[in-house]
Amino acid sequence: MILQVQGVTKRFGGLQALTQVTFDLPEGQILGLIGPNGAGKTTLFNVIDGVYAPEEGRVIFQGEDITGKKPYYLARKGLARTHQIVRPLNELSVRENVMVGACFGHANANLKQAAQIADEVLAFVGLEEKADQLASSLNVAQKKRLELARAIAAQPKLLLLDEVLAGLNPSEIAHMVETVRAIRDRGITIIMIEHVMSAIMNVSDRILVLDFGKLIAEGTPEEIAQNEKVIHAYLGDPKLAERLMQGE
Amino acid sequence: MTKRIQQHASLWLSLAAVLLIGIWPIITGDALDRETAFTVLRAVALASSLNILLGYTGYVSFGHVVFYGLGGYVGFYLISARGWNLWLAILAGGIAAGLLAYLLGLAILRLRGAYFALATIGVNEAVRAFINNFEPFGGPTGMTLNFKVYKLYGGPASALQLSFYIIIGLTLLVILVSYWVRTSKFGLGLLAIREDEDAAEVMGVVAPNAKTWAYVLSAVIPGMVGALVFFKNGTIEPGLAFPLNTSIVMIVMIMLGGQGTVLGPILGAAGYETMRDYLLVSPLFKNLQLAISGALLLIIVLFIPRGLVGWLRQRYPKVRRLLI
Repeated sequence: MILQVQGVTKRFGGLQALTQVTFDLPEGQILGLIGPNGAGKTTLFNVIDGVYAPEEGRVIFQGEDITGKKPYYLARKGLARTHQIVRPLNELSVRENVMVGACFGHANANLKQAAQIADEVLAFVGLEEKADQLASSLNVAQKKRLELARAIAAQPKLLLLDEVLAGLNPSEIAHMVETVRAIRDRGITIIMIEHVMSAIMNVSDRILVLDFGKLIAEGTPEEIAQNEKVIHAYLGDPKLAERLMQGE
Repeated sequence: MTKRIQQHASLWLSLAAVLLIGIWPIITGDALDRETAFTVLRAVALASSLNILLGYTGYVSFGHVVFYGLGGYVGFYLISARGWNLWLAILAGGIAAGLLAYLLGLAILRLRGAYFALATIGVNEAVRAFINNFEPFGGPTGMTLNFKVYKLYGGPASALQLSFYIIIGLTLLVILVSYWVRTSKFGLGLLAIREDEDAAEVMGVVAPNAKTWAYVLSAVIPGMVGALVFFKNGTIEPGLAFPLNTSIVMIVMIMLGGQGTVLGPILGAAGYETMRDYLLVSPLFKNLQLAISGALLLIIVLFIPRGLVGWLRQRYPKVRRLLI
């Protein structure tokens, strides 16, 4: 198991954001994380990567208890993530943005190696022509790719993707889904939060469903699409679920 | 070879600018020119140091003069009361300033934005108040150097000359440090912190350590410069050592030339000092020079927030690689 989340509970004042969330993630899988807005998906990411410390429970990464460790410690250990709302380093060039990931993440590269990794990764995500532009000059789809490039450049063991498909048009989504698969094929385990159901049903090995901070279902995409609780809480129409499974 | 020169263009330009300012009074042999050049180089050294924190790391320190003052006091005390020689006193001034920055860094660098800026003002005022009441440092009246001390350096005239060579050396040192930081992995981490500290931490930048070392680096040379300046002055008192407006002038210089670039603070400091010299001797403006620097800051922030070098970088993308 690359990641074990055991009974994690997180409160913000009176708001119960996560309640006793428990799951295991084997290496090499793509795990989808879905649920209605405000279900606690991003909060779960923030707990895993150390932005928030949970009130209860433990997070174990590669056998080490990392509960309450700082984000930079976890980045070094092999965790990387993208943000739902993109956070480019605006006044730095696209290449420099990616170099930050390579220098300070699990890759721990020096500047020269980092520049090499950056060019490689930028070609992989299709941003090589933008390498010398300032990150602020990119459009939203490109900024999403930049987030992804920074995370991959760290050469992580586990990658947390927070809605990398949101706001993209269908052809961009198809392109991004291919990219995510290619990342998994490099041996990187992935957890992805997504609202684009056809994509997540398609790409995930397993899916977790959160609702009001509780894990309400866990299983293969087929099982999830037919799970009554999930249909009730999130998918809505049972026929919609069937259609999704057919990849529309 | 040309590629290498291009690669380090801003370093060569910066070093050349400093040497030019340094050599000019040596050529003219005029003591007045030397004093002017000393003031300009002092400004360059202070502004370039602060730029490591303000320009690269994005933390605005309104009280940076505290390191200059503390270094000045420590150096002065060691020379006048303990009989240390100038070199060791300068070194001690730098170490004292660095140590204060390190301790402060642990305490106040977790504050962000305006809160950090306010805290730095508080620190400056607190240290000033402390020294005002600290008898070994002479309290509110300060200390005066026995002129015999200068005999060790060949009399007052040659001590002044020596001080000038040292300020050239210190300024060159600042430029080297500033350039090294700007082009190193450590510096890349600082730039990432400046742009988005939370995102930088998620990418693995150990922000608390990086910020603390940036703060220390930005404090050491002002401490050394302080020790040198007050040795040269022959007298020190709290009002001279910790003037808050010097901190603000340092910020104006950085903003004028271009924050976050190696060359910017040099051009800004030299430009500002030249302008101030002109204003001070002009009968019309001599009482208004602080008001003018305030107005200048306002104009820069409103119209060219990236300063001269930043504006050039933005306007001419081709020079972006040369001017860093």
